[in-house]
Amino acid sequence: MNDLLSKYPEEIKTILAKYPSEQKRSAVMPLLFLAQRKEGYIREQALSEISQILDIQETEVATLVGFYTLFHDGKTGIYHIQVCTDLCCALRGSEDFLTGLCEALEIKPGETSQDGMVTVEEVKCLAACDKAPMFQVQGKDGISYHENCNVDNTLEMIQEWRESGAAEQEETK
Amino acid sequence: MSEKITLTIDSQQVIVEKGTNIVDAGKSVGIDISVFCYHPKLEPVGACRICLVEIGRPQRERSTGELVLEADGTPQIYYSGNLETACTVPVAEGMVVHTANEKVTTAREDILEFILTSHPLDCPVCDKGGECSLQELTFGYGLSESRFPLDEKIHLGKHLPLGDLITLDQERCIQCGRCVRFQKEIAADPVLAFYHRGRKANIVSYSNPPFDSYWSGNTTDLCPVGALTTKDFRFEARIWEMNASPSICSHCPVGCNITLNTRRDPKTGRSTIQRVMPRQNEWVNELWICDKGRFAHHFTASEQRITKPLARNSKGKLKPVSWQKAFKIAAERLKSHPDGLVTLAGGRLANEDFYQLRTLTEGLSGKSVLNSSLAGGDLTARVGLGQGSNIKDLGSETVILVVACDLEEEAPLWWLRVKAAAENGATLIVVNPRETKLERSAEYILRYEYGEETQTVLDLLEKKSEESRAFKEKENGVVFFGAEGMNFKSSQILAQACANLLIKTNHVGKKNNGLIAVWPEANSQGAWDMGFKPQENLPEVLKKAETLIIAGADPIGDGIIPDLDGKFLLVQELFLTETASRADLVLPVLAITEKSGTFTSGERRVQLFESALPASGECLADYEIAAKLGLALGLEMIQGSSEQVLEEIIKYQPDYASLTLAALREVPEQQPYVTNKALSYTGTVFKNTSGVGVQLPVAAENTKISLEKFTLPKKGFGNGMLAVPVTRLYDRGIMIRTSEILGPRLIKNQLIVNPIDAKKAGLSADSRVDISLGKRTFEAAVDLDQTIPEGVILIPRNMGILLDGPEKAVLKAVK
Amino acid sequence: MSKYVLLRHRDIPNIKDLKVYQDQDGFKAFKKAVTSLDQGEVTEIVKASGLRGRGGAGFPTGLKWSFMDQDNWPHYVVANADESEPGTFKDREIIEENPLQFLEGVAIGSYAVGAQLAYIYLRGEFWQLAEFLDGKINELEKAGLLGENLFGTEYSLKIHTHLGAGAYICGEETALLESLEGKRGQPRLRPPFPPSFGLYGKPTVVNNVETFTNIPLIMENGAEWYRDLGTEDSAGVKVFSLSGRVKKPGNYELPFGSTYRELIFEHGGGILNDAQIKAIMPAGASSAILRASDKVLDTPLEYASIRKLGSDLGSGSVIVIDETISMDWVIKKTIDFFKHESCGKCTPCREGNYWMSYLTRKIHSGEKTEEQIQLLYDVASNIQGKCLCALGEFSVMGVLTSIDRFPEDFGREPIGSDKG
Ligand SMILES: Cc1cc2nc3c(=O)[nH]c(=O)nc-3n(C[C@H](O)[C@H](O)[C@H](O)COP(=O)(O)O)c2cc1C
Ligand code: SF4
Ligand code: FES
Repeated sequence: MNDLLSKYPEEIKTILAKYPSEQKRSAVMPLLFLAQRKEGYIREQALSEISQILDIQETEVATLVGFYTLFHDGKTGIYHIQVCTDLCCALRGSEDFLTGLCEALEIKPGETSQDGMVTVEEVKCLAACDKAPMFQVQGKDGISYHENCNVDNTLEMIQEWRESGAAEQEETK
Repeated sequence: MSEKITLTIDSQQVIVEKGTNIVDAGKSVGIDISVFCYHPKLEPVGACRICLVEIGRPQRERSTGELVLEADGTPQIYYSGNLETACTVPVAEGMVVHTANEKVTTAREDILEFILTSHPLDCPVCDKGGECSLQELTFGYGLSESRFPLDEKIHLGKHLPLGDLITLDQERCIQCGRCVRFQKEIAADPVLAFYHRGRKANIVSYSNPPFDSYWSGNTTDLCPVGALTTKDFRFEARIWEMNASPSICSHCPVGCNITLNTRRDPKTGRSTIQRVMPRQNEWVNELWICDKGRFAHHFTASEQRITKPLARNSKGKLKPVSWQKAFKIAAERLKSHPDGLVTLAGGRLANEDFYQLRTLTEGLSGKSVLNSSLAGGDLTARVGLGQGSNIKDLGSETVILVVACDLEEEAPLWWLRVKAAAENGATLIVVNPRETKLERSAEYILRYEYGEETQTVLDLLEKKSEESRAFKEKENGVVFFGAEGMNFKSSQILAQACANLLIKTNHVGKKNNGLIAVWPEANSQGAWDMGFKPQENLPEVLKKAETLIIAGADPIGDGIIPDLDGKFLLVQELFLTETASRADLVLPVLAITEKSGTFTSGERRVQLFESALPASGECLADYEIAAKLGLALGLEMIQGSSEQVLEEIIKYQPDYASLTLAALREVPEQQPYVTNKALSYTGTVFKNTSGVGVQLPVAAENTKISLEKFTLPKKGFGNGMLAVPVTRLYDRGIMIRTSEILGPRLIKNQLIVNPIDAKKAGLSADSRVDISLGKRTFEAAVDLDQTIPEGVILIPRNMGILLDGPEKAVLKAVK
Repeated sequence: MSKYVLLRHRDIPNIKDLKVYQDQDGFKAFKKAVTSLDQGEVTEIVKASGLRGRGGAGFPTGLKWSFMDQDNWPHYVVANADESEPGTFKDREIIEENPLQFLEGVAIGSYAVGAQLAYIYLRGEFWQLAEFLDGKINELEKAGLLGENLFGTEYSLKIHTHLGAGAYICGEETALLESLEGKRGQPRLRPPFPPSFGLYGKPTVVNNVETFTNIPLIMENGAEWYRDLGTEDSAGVKVFSLSGRVKKPGNYELPFGSTYRELIFEHGGGILNDAQIKAIMPAGASSAILRASDKVLDTPLEYASIRKLGSDLGSGSVIVIDETISMDWVIKKTIDFFKHESCGKCTPCREGNYWMSYLTRKIHSGEKTEEQIQLLYDVASNIQGKCLCALGEFSVMGVLTSIDRFPEDFGREPIGSDKG
């Protein structure tokens, strides 16, 4: 059984159509994103599913998960807040923003809030240097940018996630 | 001839072929440029940067392209100011290279210092100690320690199992990537890769089982440090305490050259093999060996070896006796029953053994029989691979046909080299009833139903197709044939058809042309040459014999015959096999590691091996036993060493007449240059100092060979399931089974069917079945494989189900 | 006509809509090229325009196109939208706001080199941008501006987006190609360069987003028009990404020949809190750092003149440092970045950045001993000139130039301001 294939047949077809048929391997990163879409990380089983689709070795798939920082091989918080603290953002106060945010959430950078809702981390330059402080959120809807932030409006946003998360849970019950 | 380039390296003039890189060019005149990531058999990547050199190039006038000259008339040399990696820069006319000036030396020290910032410096407990290029260089450049603080070093996993056979020490890895590249480029099993990036990167394998490759051991030779080691060698011995003896691998017909490293335990006084290493032979195995060759030596040290002659006593029990007594029993019996003697030998004996056994058998008017169902040894002597051939050299002017065999499983090095030849431009045609790995490299894949192999080959001659045209038009042609799904009779016909194809298309009697049989054992070709031939109806022959000498064969265990009761049975063996345990007399023999002699490979290369260990117990070589028996029977036989027997062979065997001992020991210069000094360059492979062997001439070189007529076998096997024996590398043969390290890799007691058939028979992947073959029934597990043709049951040889050729079978699920 | 060449959205609202873009003569240049120009002719015009690559190295674009191996087919075009250099955020704005001009540039470039398949490699974080571009490409296909047999000719072109997944090194063109082939993004040996051995081993042109975005207007208005916008040395205009301690950070499109003073004080509104400017990083974290003297501030922005100052114009990512910042902190930040992004293939970059990171942290946390600083300087010098790709070489620039040009920040004797 190939879960990935049965879950996303159309998406996989579209992805494969982008590359010359004898160069299927090019589709490995798009497929990894696909495998990561739902849960935010890549299960080991997905490696073998992708290797089957592309006719390459599982090891050749896994090596990419290790190399690229946007692929995750383990579970994280539902929302992954990655604050850019690279040079340009740091010159505009992003390090203070990070400290403030973490204090408010009672965690240290790299940790996940007690309710498992958010993980806060530092990240390297995101090409938004003129809009610091800024962060990206990796969550179930992919990646989104949040620019010109302050601690207050960020906490408000997290509060919204919490509320909608609770509502969702209610629904699935 | 290819173009030559002249350049200067450290004021020495060097002339090399165009395309050579600077590291290799230096090697050719004895200038060692340090390398880590570079290996002459792998694509250069220029990653480690240890080989940085300074390169000057002659200046040319922009407009005219003329050389700019100095006042003294020599060309003006331009230096860019940057150092360049010698491993990636090809030589160019007039280049001036400096490998040891101050700038270069400093750079090398800098790179070394960088490498050492991550390295644990645990040389005293490292198995690579003594043959580690990092250690060697560190001593060479006198850096006592790095300026990087020790407690800031990165700490990574130590002795992690990377697979069943290989252990990884992550801390020692210097990220040269040789292992990863070997697995991808040479082995075509890309099951190793780096995980993470930057300094945290480490080697991983995600295959199932991990590091799933028949070539894994080679990565430990290539690893320039002690990051990869074989599980059986870890912490066993220090490099400098070991002896090295040249040997030949005895597990398949390729005849890989190996070095046996042995060590005498000072406590027990017992010598054992510590490891098997490849020994360079660019005509045979280059720098590689497969894992079976590397790890299946453990059988020689097995506790289960027979070490004393055994005779059946009055109560019917096998009991140890003296050699004197044993010979007496044998001589009496053989003298009293001179008629009806059959000597059955297996293809793992040496030429000397076969020669002496045949002399003995002939002296008693007996019959010499080879235990094999593959025919064609007489044909390979006539139209076999021509003298001077090297599969490595085959390219676009060559067509290679591989029929009815699975080279990767049966003769791994041939798989490797045929694949490389195909990559090199040779036209590869693979003809097999089911998918094999070699097909990935093939230009043409022809599929047939079991039983139609000969017709498929004939079609290449008789029908018009692209592949038949390739066969006719290419300058060189080589055919490999095996016996997948065949018995001796059908294999005879296939062999003849293959020979005829080669003869008709003028691909015989010359270099890089000819016929190769994929023999089931290492010296089957030698057996044929020495007069041992397979028999069409072996069970009948055995049944009829009154007296039997069986050497290196187990017809009862193999199921060829249920019993040999009522005959006089003399068995020469390493282990108490099924057949040996029923013998009247069991004579213990030396393992190949304990004796000297010659093997003749499938390419008809005669190669010497030397004993690496003293005899186990009272064991004698098969040829010695035969000679002593002969003596006791009053036959005139050489009573000397294996060399003396070989001289006798040279004298009396016409095919071998051109050999000399000196020629067998000759070592021509080989590239890449394996020197024990620059270990890092080729890894820890051994330099060949004891001979690369001699390829025998084929009869076709002197005489015109004509086509043989034959009748095609009747077509097809009718309806129902067909059970077919296949060869697997890690079968359950006695030598592999007793090498415990291979345990997890051995084939399971499983027959293999297509999932569609399984469904029909109500089977799933973990069912157990009864398989009935005529009157015999066996129980086995089932493995599903959709590449197996429908209606076929593959039965790996040596898994306990006896099958001489394809046979009708019925499967029934065991409730 | 817009006063901009690249950031035209700033005075043409909704230029991202196909209709608006076409009202502005969008895709006329592409049509003209395909229907009336030889492929070589397009390359000649680009050559004559003097356009140089905007991804950092400044290699003449037309010349690169002319290097495509004509004996090896198919050809590919790849747009480099990996944009990960700290301080660079221009390509993102171009794609977000003026995507059609960029796509037309890619299309013209593809036609010029005979490629029928082009990829846009975007950093993984830009996945929304990729979806946005996919939508635009779709629209263009529907409008018959991309796809099979364009404008009734034999020429067909497909453009696809492809996402990276978080690796700065994939901006390096050969690492990018490896990544696009589904491998670890590690640089290849060069030579061979992509125009002879690129994607799937085939001849490939790799250009930056901004480079491509220049092409449509060059085709429309002619090479000379473009040359005249810039200076003798550096033709045309450039988008500078201004960030750091300025009041109005952002992208500014200026003709070559403008000065840092104009960029920072006119456009950027001057220094935050009106502090004193101290240093300029002309090319992001990879920069050789300049002391912001009057001479530097008034030097015309050109490839050659910045080089003369001892730095590089690079991709025009100008990071401004003011007097409140100490350079030992700056290099701690840049080395953190390079350590994180080193692909690990070659020894000096992999090990050296780890070591430099250890040293810069130690120095920043107060251990400014002469010994540590000298060691840092040594390590950086030992890396220099020995790496496989430019990332490793970039990593030491900030370290060496900070210690050389701002000794006082490292507890060394200050140099007179006139020497800066
Ligand atoms: C480490 C490194 C990162 C780079 N990142 C980018 C990048 O993000 N975008 C880019 O266009 N070029 C980048 N480049 C330059 C590319 O290698 C290449 O020169 C460029 O894409 C060519 O396009 P151009 O000629 O239009 O500038 C980078 C180079 C290096 C060495
Ligand atoms: S310089 Fe750095 S990024 Fe470039 S190849 Fe070397 S390790 Fe990789
Ligand atoms: S870079 Fe040449 S040997 Fe590693």
